[in-house]
Amino acid sequence: MKHLLSATDLTHDEAVRVLDVAEEMAATQSREIKKLPTLRGKTVVNLFFEDSTRTRISFETAAKRLSADVINFSPRGSSVSKGESLKDTVLTLGAMHTDAIVVRHPASGASARIAHSTWTGASVINAGDGTHQHPTQSLLDAMTIRRHLKAPGGPGADSPGKGGGAARVGQEVSGQDLSGLNVMIVGDVLHSRVARSGVDLFSTLGAQVTLVAPATLLPVGVETWSSRFFYDLDQALTEVPPDALMMLRVQRERMSGAGGGFFPSPQEYSREYGLDARRLAGLPPHAIVMHPGPMNRGLEITSEAADSARSVVVEQVANGVAVRMAVLYLTLTGAKE
Amino acid sequence: MNYLIKGAVLPSGQRADIQIVDGIFQAVGRVSSSGAAQVVDADGLVALPGLVDIHTHLREPGHEDAETVRSGSRAAAAGGYTCVHAMANTYPVADTAGVVEQVWRLGRDAGYVDVRPVGAVSVGLEGHHLAELAAMARSAARVSVFSDDGECVWDPVLMRRALEYVKGIDGVVAQHAQEPRLTEGAQMHEGVVSSQVGLAGWPAVAEESIIARDVLLAEHVGSRLHICHVSTAGSVEIIRWAKARGIGVTAEVTPHHLLLTDELARTYDPVYKVNPPLRSPEDVQAVRDGLADGTLDVVGTDHAPHPPEAKDCEWAAAAFGMTGLETALPIVHELMVETGLMSWRDVAAAMSHRPAEIGRVATQGRPVAAGEVANLTLFDPAARWTVVPGDLETGSGNTPVSGRETHGRTVATFYAGRPTVLEGEVI
Repeated sequence: MKHLLSATDLTHDEAVRVLDVAEEMAATQSREIKKLPTLRGKTVVNLFFEDSTRTRISFETAAKRLSADVINFSPRGSSVSKGESLKDTVLTLGAMHTDAIVVRHPASGASARIAHSTWTGASVINAGDGTHQHPTQSLLDAMTIRRHLKAPGGPGADSPGKGGGAARVGQEVSGQDLSGLNVMIVGDVLHSRVARSGVDLFSTLGAQVTLVAPATLLPVGVETWSSRFFYDLDQALTEVPPDALMMLRVQRERMSGAGGGFFPSPQEYSREYGLDARRLAGLPPHAIVMHPGPMNRGLEITSEAADSARSVVVEQVANGVAVRMAVLYLTLTGAKE
Repeated sequence: MNYLIKGAVLPSGQRADIQIVDGIFQAVGRVSSSGAAQVVDADGLVALPGLVDIHTHLREPGHEDAETVRSGSRAAAAGGYTCVHAMANTYPVADTAGVVEQVWRLGRDAGYVDVRPVGAVSVGLEGHHLAELAAMARSAARVSVFSDDGECVWDPVLMRRALEYVKGIDGVVAQHAQEPRLTEGAQMHEGVVSSQVGLAGWPAVAEESIIARDVLLAEHVGSRLHICHVSTAGSVEIIRWAKARGIGVTAEVTPHHLLLTDELARTYDPVYKVNPPLRSPEDVQAVRDGLADGTLDVVGTDHAPHPPEAKDCEWAAAAFGMTGLETALPIVHELMVETGLMSWRDVAAAMSHRPAEIGRVATQGRPVAAGEVANLTLFDPAARWTVVPGDLETGSGNTPVSGRETHGRTVATFYAGRPTVLEGEVI
C-alpha cells in the first residue's frame, strides 16, 4: 500500500489487515515505553491546509510513536486564496526528501491530485479532502465498532467472551470484519467526508449502512450508494435498529447561506435528527454511540447521550492513534499482507 | 496563386475537381488541368465548405499567456476553420466598438480566418446594463452576435431588453444558460459521480430553467436567440419543443459534450473541468440525437485555452474550459458520421452553413460551388493521428483528448482562396 487516498482503495482483506495491525499497535500503547523504532529515519509531513488540531495531533502522535521525524506545515491559505500553489508547496516538501505526506485540504481530490502527480514520490495519506473522503476516520470507527461488537460475547461475535484487557480484545477480534452489523449514520451526509468514507469502508467490511438526514443534506445520487437512507430518524431507528449509531457534526454555516440554509433552525434539526434521551433509551441494549468530533452538544447530540455509558467517543480518539500508526507503518514500510 | 483540387468528394457525395482562381471557386465538377494552377491531389478527401465556429475564445486582449488571436487563428485553420467567432470575455471585455475593432483587426492581420468578434451583452459582462450593441454592430467589426458567455444573462429583464434591442441590428443573443444561484461553487455535473467524489454539483436544471425562460422570452418579443453549449437531455427537449412552436431559437453543442462524460471527474484531473460540465451518458446520447435530428443546429467548439498553472492544481482551484478547434471535426466524424447519424451534408450544415447564418457572415458557410468565395476544407477521413498537446497550434495544452487516436485529419484549408493549411501543415 503506497498511498491511502480513499476507503475504496481498500479491499475487504486489506481493510481487515489494517485493523489487525492497528490492534497490534494499540497493544503496544499500554506498555510503559510506547515508542517503537519502526519508522526511525523516515520523515512524515503533516500538510494541513485546513485547521484540524485533533486530526493533526493524532497523526503527529502516531508518527512519533513509530520514531518518525514529524514536520507540521499549515500553509495559510491554499491556491484558492492566491497563496502558493499546491504544486509548489508539494515540490518544496519533495526537495526536503519527505517519505510521507499527510494531507488535509478543503478541495475534494487534493490528495489524489498530489499522489498521482509528478510533484512528489512520497506516500500520500488523505487526512480529509473537501467533502470527499477521510479514510483514517472510517478505519478508526471500524476499529471501535469491531472491538465493541465483535469481541467474544458481543452481539456480532462468533464465540462467547472470555473477558480480559485491551490486548486480549485485540487478539480476539483479529481477522474479523463487520458482517451482520447495522451501522447508522445520522446528519449532514452531503458535506461529510466521514459519511462517504464510512459508507464505503463499512460496506466493504460487510456491515449494512443506513443514512438518516433531511433530504437537503443527502446528495443527489445517494440512491445509487450501497447504503439505505431515511429522512425520518425515528422510523429508521424502528425499522433498522442500529448496533452502532454515528452522529455527524452539523456545521454552523449550514444553517445559513444560499436559499436560507439547509434546515430551518437548530431547534428543528435537534428535534428531528438529534440523539436525545428518548432515542437513546430506545436503542438496542448493546448499541454504541459514536461521533467523529468535535461535538455540538445540544444540537446533534445531547450531553446525556454524549456522556452515557454507550458513548465511545473518547475511545474513538484513542483508536485514531493506533489506526494512524498502522497506516503509516503499512504505507512507509511497503508491508504486504 | 491558383489551385486545382483533383478528385475530392463533395458533401453531396459527388466526386469533383475544384478550381480556385483569384480567391473564388471558378469551377466545380470536371476540370481539366490548366497550366497556371498548383494541383492538389484530393483523392479520397472530403471537400467541406470552410468550417465556421460560432463559439471560440481567442483570449486576446488580456490573456495572451493562454492564446493570441494569431495562435488561435492558426489552431482554427489547422482544424479546418475559415471563420471563428471570438467571445467577449477578454480583458478588457469586448463591450465597446473599440475593443471589438481591435480584435477584428488582429484577426485580419493574422490572416488565417475571418475573426468575427462577439460583443458583450452587458457592460463588463456584469449583467446590469446593456453594452452599446449598436455601436459594435456599426463598427468595422460589424458585430451581430452578442453574448456574455462565461456568465449567464441571468436577469430576465436585461435578457428581454437585449433580445428586443438586437432586433434593430439583425443581431442574435447567444446565451450561456446557467442559473447562478443554483450553481454557486459548482464544480461538476450533479449526479451519481458527484455524490461519490464529493465535488459540488452543477445541476442540469440550472441550464434547463434558463433555456425554458429564454425561449419563452424570445417568443414573446419575436427575436433571435442562440443557446450556447447545450449539455443536457432536458435542454434538448425544451429546444425541440420551442422549435416545433416556431420560436426563433438556434442551439449549439460542443465536441466535448458529444464525446465525454462526468465519469472523468473521478480522476480529479482538472483538464476535464469545463462549464457547463461534462454530463451523464444519457445526456451525451441526447445531445448526439439532438444534433442528428437538427434540434441542435451547430457544433461550436467553446475552444477555451488556459495557461498551464490554471490546470496544474487541485480541481476546485482550476479554471473551467478545454481546447477544441483542432479536434472538433475528427470527433464529429467519429461520433456522428462513422456511426451513420449524420451525412457529410449534415456536417457541412452544422459546422459551416448554419453557424455562418446565425452569425450573419455573408461570405462564409456558402456551398462549394462556382462563383462562391473559396473557403474550403479538405478532410481525410481515413487518416489516424494521436493527439499530443505540444504538437497542436493552440497556445495552450488543455485538450481533453490528449493521447486519443482521432478519426481523420484536415489536410488542407483554403481561406478566401489562400491555403492556410497544406499537407496537414499550417502555412
